[in-house]
Amino acid sequence: MRKIRKIEEKFFKIISQLATYSLVAILGYIIFVIFKNGFSSLSWEMVSEIPSGGYYYGGDGGVLNAIIGSLYIALGATLIAIIIGVPAALFINSHLMQRKRSQNTIRYILDALWGIPSIVYGAFGFTLMIYLGLSASLLAGILTVSFLITPIVIRSFDDVLSTIPRGLYEASFSLGSTRTETAVKVLLKQGFSGFITAVLLAFGRGIGDAASVLFTAGYTDNLPGNLDEPAATLPLAIFFQLGSPIPEVRQRAYAAAAILTLIILIISLSSRFVSRKYQKKALKF
Amino acid sequence: MIITLNDTIMKEEKIQLDFAEKLDFETKNKQIPENPAVTISNLNVWASKHHILKNVELKIPKNKITVLLGPSGCGKTTLLKSLNRLTDLDKELYVSGNIFINDEEILHAKKDIPEIRRKMGLLSQKPYPLPVSIYKNMTYGFKLKGIRDKKLINYNVELRLKEVGLWEEVKDRLHSSPDKLSIGQQQRLCLARGLTVKPHIILADEPTSALDPTSSKIIEDLFKKMKNQYTIIVVTHVLRQAHRLADNVVFMSDGEIFEQGSPNKLFKNPETQELKKYLVDGN
Repeated sequence: MRKIRKIEEKFFKIISQLATYSLVAILGYIIFVIFKNGFSSLSWEMVSEIPSGGYYYGGDGGVLNAIIGSLYIALGATLIAIIIGVPAALFINSHLMQRKRSQNTIRYILDALWGIPSIVYGAFGFTLMIYLGLSASLLAGILTVSFLITPIVIRSFDDVLSTIPRGLYEASFSLGSTRTETAVKVLLKQGFSGFITAVLLAFGRGIGDAASVLFTAGYTDNLPGNLDEPAATLPLAIFFQLGSPIPEVRQRAYAAAAILTLIILIISLSSRFVSRKYQKKALKF
Repeated sequence: MIITLNDTIMKEEKIQLDFAEKLDFETKNKQIPENPAVTISNLNVWASKHHILKNVELKIPKNKITVLLGPSGCGKTTLLKSLNRLTDLDKELYVSGNIFINDEEILHAKKDIPEIRRKMGLLSQKPYPLPVSIYKNMTYGFKLKGIRDKKLINYNVELRLKEVGLWEEVKDRLHSSPDKLSIGQQQRLCLARGLTVKPHIILADEPTSALDPTSSKIIEDLFKKMKNQYTIIVVTHVLRQAHRLADNVVFMSDGEIFEQGSPNKLFKNPETQELKKYLVDGN
C-alpha cells in the first residue's frame, strides 16, 4: 500500500512538472522564434517611420502607423473598460453582496461574454458602426475593443474582490461606512493588485486582437490624426505582411510581432512597478 | 517623586481633555450620553427554514461585561450581529422582534444604519485591519464623519492607541502597514480603531480565539478597564474566560437563552440541564 502511494506521488509529480515546464518551454520557444526571425528586420526605421509607397513589396518605411494605431486603440479601449468595469466589479461585490443569485447571474453572463470569439465582437461593432453612420475609424475600433475587454476587466477584478473576507466588510461597516464608502475606500485598495492584473489582461487582449479591429478600425498607412480616421493596428500589420510572397516582407512581420510582444512586456512590467510603488505610497497619508 | 510624576501626567491629561472639549469633538450637545442598556425583546432569526434564534428576551446592563456563553453554532454570533444590524448583510436571514438601545428601537428602524452601527464597536474573532497604514486605520472613522482637523485627529489617534496600550509600540511606525504587527497588536489596533467613533457598546465576537495567552490577557484586562466607559458584550465558548471576565453571563444553547446571571450564580448553581452538561463538558 505504501509503495503504491509512493508511485502515485511520483507519477503525479512528474505529470505536473512536465505540464509546467513544457508550458514555459513553449512560451520561451514562441518568443525565441519571433525575436530570431524578427531581429534581422528590426531597426530604428521600422519603429519610427510609416510605410512608404512600396513598403509591402519590400520598399522603405516601418510600422509606426500600426504601433501608434494599436496603442491608441488599446489604451482608449482599456480606459473605457476601466471606467465601466471598475464600478461594475465594485457594485457586484458591495451592493449585491447579499444577493447571491443576482451576483451569480451577472458573473455567468460576463463569463459568457468573455468567451465570445472576437470576430463576433468585430461583426457586432461593424453592425453598430453602420447603425450609427460611422465609417471604419479609430473611434469604432476603440469602441469595439472596449466591448471585447470590458467583461475581462470586470470578471478578473471581481475574482479578486470576491476573495476579500467578510470580516473586512464588517469592520468597515461597523465603523459607520456605507456600502459605497466601503467599496471605494476598502475594496478598491484591498483588491488593487487584482485591478492591475485585470487591466493588464484586458490591455494585452485588446492590443493583440486582430478580428475585432478588422472591419471596425480599418487600415491605413498614415498615422491616425482624428477619432474618425481609420487606424492601422499591429496584429493586422503582421497579418498583411505574413501573407506576402516576398521573404523580406514576411521577415518584417516577425519584427512587428516582436514589437507587439515588447510593448506588452513593457506595459506589464511598468504597471507592476507603478502598482508596487503606489501600494507603498498609499499606506501613507 | 512618583506621585509628582503622576500628578504631572494627570494634569497633562486634563489639559488634553479640555482641549478636546473645546473643539467640541463629537456630540453637538456637550453632555456625555449615558451608556445605554440593551433590551432585546422577542427576537427571532431564521435562515430559510432554520430557526437560529428563538424568542430571545434579554436585558444587558450598562457598564458591565456581559458574556454570551454557549456551544458553537448556538446563535451567539447571530445575536451579536443582530445588535448592529450586520444581519442585514445576509438576505437569507429573516429577523423579527425588537432591540432597544437607550429606549431607541434599532432593529426595524429605517434610520441611518451606519449611524446605528457606529454606536457599537465590533471586534471580531480575527483582527481585520483595513488595507491602509496604522494611522489611516485610526483615522478612517473620522474621515467618514467629515472631520478634517488634523490636530484633533492626531490627538485622538494617540489617545485611543494609548487606551489600548499600543501607542508606545506603534508610535514610530504609524505610517507603515498594520500587517507587520503581531496578531495581538492587530486586534488591539482594531479595538482602538473602533473606539475612535466613540461607540457606546463594544461587541466582541470571540475576540481572543486567534490570540496567544499573553495577548488574550491584554485584551481581557482592557475590557475590564474599559467597562466603566462602555457596555461590553463578549461572545465566547470558553468557560474560564467567561469566569474571568463576566459581570453577567447569558447561557445560550440551540438558539435559546437558558440562564443568565452572575458567573458565581450560574457556574456554582446551574439550574438547567443544558448548562449543567455544558459545565461538565467544559471542565
